[in-house]
Amino acid sequence: MSLTIEQRRQHRLETIEKSLSKRHRKENTFRRLGLVAVLTGLTLVAILFASILSKGVPAFWQATLYTEVTFDPDVIDIAPKPERQEGETQYAYDERMTQWLTQAGLVNWQSLIDASLEQALGEEVEPRQLRDLRALVASGERYALRDRFTEDPSLLGETVSLKMLASADVDVWVKGNIDRDLPDARLQLSPQSRAWVDVLQEQDVLRQSFSTSLFMNTDSRSSLASAGLAGAFMGSLFMMMVVISLSVPLGVSSAIYLEEFAPKNRLTDLIEININNLAAVPSIVFGLLGASIFIGYLRLPLSAPLVGGLVLTLMTLPTIIIATRASLRSIPPSIRQAALGIGASRVQTVFHHVLPLALPGILTGSILGVAQALGETAPLLLIGMNAFVANVPGSPMDQSTALPVQIYLWQGNELRNFFEARTSAAIIVLLGLMLSLNALAIWLRKKFETRW
Amino acid sequence: MNVTKKTLSVAVVAALGAGVSSVAMARDTIQIAGSSTVLPFASIVAEEFGNTYSQFNTPVVGSGGSSGGLRQFCQGVGENTIDIANASRPIRQSEVESCGENGVNDILEVKFGYDGIVFASRLDQNSFELTPEFVFKAAAAQLPQDGELVDNPYTNWSDIDDSLPDQEITLVIPASNHGTREVFEERVLHAGCDTVAEVEEDACNNLRGDGRIVEIAGDYTETLARLDAQQNAVGVFGLSFYDQNRDRLQVATMDGVEPSLETIGSGEYPVSRPLFFYVKGEHLDVIPGLAEYTEFFLNDMTSGYGSPLEDAGLIPMDEGERQEQLEQFESRTVVSAE
Repeated sequence: MSLTIEQRRQHRLETIEKSLSKRHRKENTFRRLGLVAVLTGLTLVAILFASILSKGVPAFWQATLYTEVTFDPDVIDIAPKPERQEGETQYAYDERMTQWLTQAGLVNWQSLIDASLEQALGEEVEPRQLRDLRALVASGERYALRDRFTEDPSLLGETVSLKMLASADVDVWVKGNIDRDLPDARLQLSPQSRAWVDVLQEQDVLRQSFSTSLFMNTDSRSSLASAGLAGAFMGSLFMMMVVISLSVPLGVSSAIYLEEFAPKNRLTDLIEININNLAAVPSIVFGLLGASIFIGYLRLPLSAPLVGGLVLTLMTLPTIIIATRASLRSIPPSIRQAALGIGASRVQTVFHHVLPLALPGILTGSILGVAQALGETAPLLLIGMNAFVANVPGSPMDQSTALPVQIYLWQGNELRNFFEARTSAAIIVLLGLMLSLNALAIWLRKKFETRW
Repeated sequence: MNVTKKTLSVAVVAALGAGVSSVAMARDTIQIAGSSTVLPFASIVAEEFGNTYSQFNTPVVGSGGSSGGLRQFCQGVGENTIDIANASRPIRQSEVESCGENGVNDILEVKFGYDGIVFASRLDQNSFELTPEFVFKAAAAQLPQDGELVDNPYTNWSDIDDSLPDQEITLVIPASNHGTREVFEERVLHAGCDTVAEVEEDACNNLRGDGRIVEIAGDYTETLARLDAQQNAVGVFGLSFYDQNRDRLQVATMDGVEPSLETIGSGEYPVSRPLFFYVKGEHLDVIPGLAEYTEFFLNDMTSGYGSPLEDAGLIPMDEGERQEQLEQFESRTVVSAE
């Protein structure tokens, strides 16, 4: 009943052949699935970027009026700017200054803008049409005019060429973000205003110009066209300063201690597990914690980047600790043994030999942690950073918003036609910041990378 | 690694110092929170206030809804509590009590105008001529049929009344965290409820749970997005929001009256509500500009006829009513806990 050797060989070969084709088939399927997954991911990213860029890029250019404004002495009928006299106290001088500024605030600056537009249009504008005329210019421009004058009162009587932002409605109309065929009642601009827009465009007074206001101004509600990111940017900057100065030293030193010095026992195991757990806690929980501890108990101010930074520090710490520990662990033990072998103390071993080699990994981990914190929104909503703030914060204690929160606020603005684009523009700015942070992380890793 | 040590200690000292100094520092910016209906206009006032008074900072205006704002307001007295709560409804007795428990006793109420609630559908969809009765019948949990209450049988608007378009009922309404919800219930549901004798007074607010009523906890932008997703839905908006998005929305008439500044101001359009803000009296002498802000808010130039208040789509109070509010504030009349 025994088979010949040749027969057995044949049988084995057949079995192998059968299983081989099956294995090949499996491998091919897996490869194709992988490729499909990558392509799907790439397509989705491409769609996301295309939609954000196509919406947001036009918002970097804004309808702007190039006009001549005369600082008419008949309109600006106020005392000369006070100068500090000898022997006058700072307080008295400030008092006089405030009075003068208040007086300057009462000047009808809008009428100067009206006059300059009237000139540009080349026609008399009747008083009843003033509303239509004023609908063309961003309402914040009158304060810009006032500030220009109070800084340089010698402008009195002069005629200056100025760039003024057109109102948000005009921007929407010029860019075609609203259906032009809709009946009058459904359009924000009146027929008269629209006719004037055409005239101004024809004369090249109204044209698209790069929107510096997007970067230089703070958020605005009364003058939508001049809403900008300056306040949110500074707020984010202060928060990141707090996050970096707290979470990096704290995170790196606790990682070094846990990895290099701490005894391995149940307590350190427990700590390690909990650090990993902490990394998985949803960010909004940190927001709730921050609201009750930092604001409720420690009585820190509401809406302050300091509190935001503290909350985000809590969120970033586990990320940095885990990244640092992984990076320390990847340093071969031979380095430590060699250092100890020639008589270095443990502290010397760590700080002179291990840490420099682990630095690229630590930096990458920290930067990615900070980048994540930069884009975080949810916890900030709970500590009042979603407020409308029209000041640029001067310190981490001043009220402020942050870039991602500003995006959230703008996407909720009522004037959808204008703010859809503005929101996407803000997203582009934030993404740009993130990408440069990530690029920095890659560059640092490449620069300090050691091979052995 | 001396550098690391140094930066570490510097950072820790800086952070500690920052924390301590903030506690000692006095806040000089007015802090406001509350109703998202009031927020756009309050922000405009804040900005204009900051621009007009060079000696004061521009107040900071947060959202959080009427209830959220009043809850923050009642958290206590001190620099890290808000100074003003915006509300699209009057303060409740329970809130006055909780304020009192935390030491907030001088609650100064200021009414500054009205807001209209409108029903709107997408511009490319059917238009609606509604009455409170129709809306109630579309939204109620139970309705009488052949003498007994059954689960709401209507699925199409045209089932309710022949004048309504023949399309599925989907109604997008604000969730209960909104001040708007209260007006919707009082002025629309209850008014409609009264026309259906069989439904008990207590059951007027019970809404059907079969997915035809969509509650939105976010702001009106979310309601608008919902209308893009469910194109034949009817949404509840503030008049101001509708006004800014007339190129996308068409408004429904209520009892044959189209909502506008005029019809709401005259009371012809039935669904409107007063808007308030509450000032913390204890903060008046502590936070600079608080009294000036309130007076600026009630100024004719800010909230009278032809003012930014109208531009923001809200309805101004008449001269006498505004003066009355101003006098009430100046005499520091507080809301009393009964």
